[in-house]
Amino acid sequence: MSGILFLIPIALFMGLLGLGAFIWAVRSGQFDDPIGSANRILIDEDEPL
Amino acid sequence: MSSADVLAHTRDWSLGDAADQDSPFGGLSAFVQKSGKSQHLELHVSGAKCAGCLAKIEKSVGALDGVSEARLNLSTGKFNVTWQGPLPASDIAETVSGLGYGVSAAAETDADEVQRKEERELLLAMGVAAFAAANIMLLSVSVWAGAGEMGSNTKQIMHAISGVIALPAVAFSGRPFFRSAWSVLKRGRANMDVPISLAIILAFTVSVVETIRGGEHAYFDAAAMLIFFLLIGRFLEARVRRRACSAANDLAGMSSRAVTRIDCDGNAIKVNPGVVAPGDTILLAQGERAVVDMALNDEFCELDESLVTGESAPHLLSKGMRIYAGAVNLSGPVQAKALSRASDSLLADIGRMLDAGEQRRSAYRKIADKAVALYVPFVHSAAALTFIGWMLAGAGFRESILIAVSTLIITCPCALALAAPVAHVVAAGKLFQLGIFLKSGDALERFASVDRIVLDKTGTLSLGVPQLSDATDERTISDAALLARSSRHPLSRAISDAAGSGPVASNVQEIPGCGLEATIDGVLWRLGSGRWIGVDSGDTHTRNLYLQRGDETPVALEFADRLIPGTEDAIRQLEKAGYETEILSGDTNERVSEVARELGVSRYTSAASPRDKAAHLEVLREQGHKVLMVGDGLNDAGALSLAHASVTPGTAIDISQAASDAVYSGGITSLPVLLKLARRTRSVMLENFTFAALYNLVAIPIAVTGHATPLVAALAMSFSSVAVSLNAIRLAAFSEGK
Repeated sequence: MSGILFLIPIALFMGLLGLGAFIWAVRSGQFDDPIGSANRILIDEDEPL
Repeated sequence: MSSADVLAHTRDWSLGDAADQDSPFGGLSAFVQKSGKSQHLELHVSGAKCAGCLAKIEKSVGALDGVSEARLNLSTGKFNVTWQGPLPASDIAETVSGLGYGVSAAAETDADEVQRKEERELLLAMGVAAFAAANIMLLSVSVWAGAGEMGSNTKQIMHAISGVIALPAVAFSGRPFFRSAWSVLKRGRANMDVPISLAIILAFTVSVVETIRGGEHAYFDAAAMLIFFLLIGRFLEARVRRRACSAANDLAGMSSRAVTRIDCDGNAIKVNPGVVAPGDTILLAQGERAVVDMALNDEFCELDESLVTGESAPHLLSKGMRIYAGAVNLSGPVQAKALSRASDSLLADIGRMLDAGEQRRSAYRKIADKAVALYVPFVHSAAALTFIGWMLAGAGFRESILIAVSTLIITCPCALALAAPVAHVVAAGKLFQLGIFLKSGDALERFASVDRIVLDKTGTLSLGVPQLSDATDERTISDAALLARSSRHPLSRAISDAAGSGPVASNVQEIPGCGLEATIDGVLWRLGSGRWIGVDSGDTHTRNLYLQRGDETPVALEFADRLIPGTEDAIRQLEKAGYETEILSGDTNERVSEVARELGVSRYTSAASPRDKAAHLEVLREQGHKVLMVGDGLNDAGALSLAHASVTPGTAIDISQAASDAVYSGGITSLPVLLKLARRTRSVMLENFTFAALYNLVAIPIAVTGHATPLVAALAMSFSSVAVSLNAIRLAAFSEGK
């Protein structure tokens, strides 16, 4: 039973880490252009050899 | 004629002028923001759709001298460029335009900024609510699973931790609902956010009290989950709405070009269109667009009025005739007398019509609004009656209020709030695949109720660019092309297009408003209007050209405006689906009737001015018709914004695109699909609302009898939200054939 005393805080801490990452992503504009981001992976930056 | 074409024409004619002001992008320098050494410009790029476009635009602009950053946002079409050094802003626009994309200055308006902020705030709120809902649910599941085994102290600790997580989530993520509910309550009305806010606040407060007292049930999970589900719907709505840009801004950009005024002492000075007064003498250069209505002072002038009247052929004016704002001068420089101020011109009129249309649209009552109007009083009286009923039955205040609150929670309009937005998003995505870009979600509802379709002719049904008719013989074409290849006139272009590449005669003289002449093998050849050649055509619309080789009898070259392939088929499909069709054009009666006959459309109106078009739509509205307007020109913009619903082709000018609900690519062949999908979407939405109503019919008795435990509430809410979303996703399987 005493396990939950530290398991719950650990679970919450990890959840908060995820939330923090999400807030950082929104703030830095990573959700501003979903269509563009989806397409950018198709652009081949490398010059042919 | 498309905006790109117009821009191209304007540029071709102004090549001789070195002044930056005469470039179509000359005004851009006003939009450049300077910070230290670097300069920043935000442009609006239209037509970019894929990774290829993105790479091409960013690379070409990135390669310009001094450009440090070039980034295109494919979702909004905004293109941000930062550079150092002397690079003129117009070069950037020219580069993008040269790649074949439409480009204009994007003045960041307050409305844009507000929408961007709103979307970000909703996304953050959604993230916080998701975190809270997931973590509280972890604790709640252990409480439910441990029923009977878990000690009351442990349970109280679980509830307390849930409450600590829920508090910031409710306070932060609930703000969009609280704010909206408060703003309507202040005005003595109610919207969907009122019952939502009430349910969230009551659920939270009751749970806090229950936790402190060590009670059986806490509804923290319900409160957090409610906010999360509702925010999904809210976010989807905001995303669909964001790309709609303001029509009035684009119009302002169009009329803000400088005007050349001739002073009383004969000096030409560039002035702001705002200071032009009636009676001023204006110089209209070759290729320049008129921004005020004026009367011609010179003998002759040839105009491209396609933006104003929708007429495809150049229009020949003689002294004293009226030049409307928006017309482009095709002949040499002419002088004209201003007849009105810029604010009284046709352009300004259209701007006012657009405003009126936008106001009317915002007054449209959506299906969801109607559902809420029925829902709110019903649910609130049910909750109130539950409380009174249990009190009378002697259940005690605490238990009565708990049951009443659980009624509010379980009936909270999750399904109702998701019913419309999910269907809108799925349908908009489907339409995007079909080449139709939807500007607002509620437009689908308006498309679904349309019964009459009014079509513009030029640029909508027909190509809008003159084409040489098939009757002309090969030799005449190839001979005419000898002269025509050296000219940029629309009719000359049609001839050189028909002839293909080939030789050009040397020393071709272009006589503006008349035609071309050159001496070939010692003989004078002339290609031009009937009036100039000496064949009286009796028509001011220079529809035909004549080719005269030396003393031979002149040969006529006829031009026709061809229908866009597939148009006939689309009209037949629309008629079959029960829509009434009608042509409303600014072109001459002869040409409109010809097209109407060809398409089998019995109702048509010709020679309609922009005001006539708007008036015609008013008449139809009074007759009780729900009109879908399809048009592309500036002359249609007013009608487009006044119609019940409107669509415009992707080749249309920006103002028309902004004034309409959807933009399609290709011909009107996509129209039957659009209308069919709109009807399907509406029926899916109605199914969803019916489902939400049925759900409440089942849920209310459960809650009223006191059986809505937190577990039941969580299951019921998730089930209804998922069911409604899955039903909407069925729209993705829509195919054109069905």
